[in-house]
Amino acid sequence: MLDVRSCATLSEAAGILSGDRQAVLIGGGTLVMRDVNEGRLTEGTLLHVTDPAFRRIEAGGGRIELGAGVTMGMILANRELAFLHPAARAIGGPAVRNMASVGGNLFAPAPYGDFTVALLALDAQVVVQAGFGSGRATPLEEFLAARERSGSALVTSVQLSRPANPGDFHFRKISRVKPKGISVLSIAAHLPLTGGRVAQARLAYGAMAPTPIRARGVERALEGKSLDAGAIQAAKQAALEGCRPATDAIASEWYRREVLPVHLGRLLAGNSR
Amino acid sequence: MAKIPVQFRLNGTDRAAFVDAPETLLNTLRRSLGDFAPKYGCGQGACGVCTVLIDGEPHLSCLTLSIACEGRQVETASGMASGPELHPLQAQFMEHFAAQCGFCTPGMLTAARSLLDKNPNPTRDEVIEAISGNICRCTGYEPIVAAILAAAGSPGLRRA
Repeated sequence: MLDVRSCATLSEAAGILSGDRQAVLIGGGTLVMRDVNEGRLTEGTLLHVTDPAFRRIEAGGGRIELGAGVTMGMILANRELAFLHPAARAIGGPAVRNMASVGGNLFAPAPYGDFTVALLALDAQVVVQAGFGSGRATPLEEFLAARERSGSALVTSVQLSRPANPGDFHFRKISRVKPKGISVLSIAAHLPLTGGRVAQARLAYGAMAPTPIRARGVERALEGKSLDAGAIQAAKQAALEGCRPATDAIASEWYRREVLPVHLGRLLAGNSR
Repeated sequence: MAKIPVQFRLNGTDRAAFVDAPETLLNTLRRSLGDFAPKYGCGQGACGVCTVLIDGEPHLSCLTLSIACEGRQVETASGMASGPELHPLQAQFMEHFAAQCGFCTPGMLTAARSLLDKNPNPTRDEVIEAISGNICRCTGYEPIVAAILAAAGSPGLRRA
């Protein structure tokens, strides 16, 4: 039997999640309700959070906090989050974007989860609350590595720093169906320039491993370099380091490996496609 | 399992239903409230035939819990016509032969209405973007896009 509990506070939801292994939080419903409709989820308790903090956006300053229940539509409606709009717009069609949440996207299996790729390239932190205590910030990369074991904790929000120059942040989703299609892969890059050279490069991929991953080989290849043809060529050669893409209905592993360096090169060269 | 009471405003009328806890809005609309405009297609959020407006924004009713709609405004394609007078989108869908089997049509109309309510004169690309979450396997989309563009800017657009 499947039950539903509405939780007026995040603490209440976190307490139930900690104590009930069959409790599942519903963000926007685009992942969990699919399992309900298909009969894969028939036992346990669905948690529906009504706490306004779950959908709060704090984006006025340099430090940004997005409640886990904030939807892609809410991000697209917020001008202060314009640098995140390409990533939010990459999620589904308009109806999905009004439902799909930041927190839910963190748990989306490959090839979904494109927004998380953007967050990873922005060094985001995930605030996780276990039990009735206060939330603890965890680096997103660490969270993703352990997300299959994170079922008993509640993601309450995501924190990130606003890029000093929004033009240094790049996002690209590669799909075969336009304007809405599932990812062959996605790439996000934050490439701040100091004196014309890349400093603290951050690159992330979606659909190139079971979870979004950092492209550390590319980051090393670009660090301290100007984004010229030589640096881009070095980045393309390092592009596949750490990748473990799957073969699925959207693309084969071979295809993903073949096209990733091409699209990475285009992104770094500033080509629009 | 005990039923849970839910009340929301459906196409401008207050409605109430007793629902199972994990019941979707789509099931409540079709089984309890007799609104058969939204259809059950994929159940995964991929096809858009169950699209309804919740507080003016398109949502997938097959992935929405009914209890999450308490006190909200829900609008479906059933509420678009005013008596015998069709909404301009409905009229243009007929004029442009934008429906064949008709299964996708209520979701298409709802998605298009959401666009035109906010942007009465959209570009062709904006129309395509607005219906990108809705699949039609009959028309090839061209008549649908043409119908929406023809309805854009219509004097009766904001009536429904």
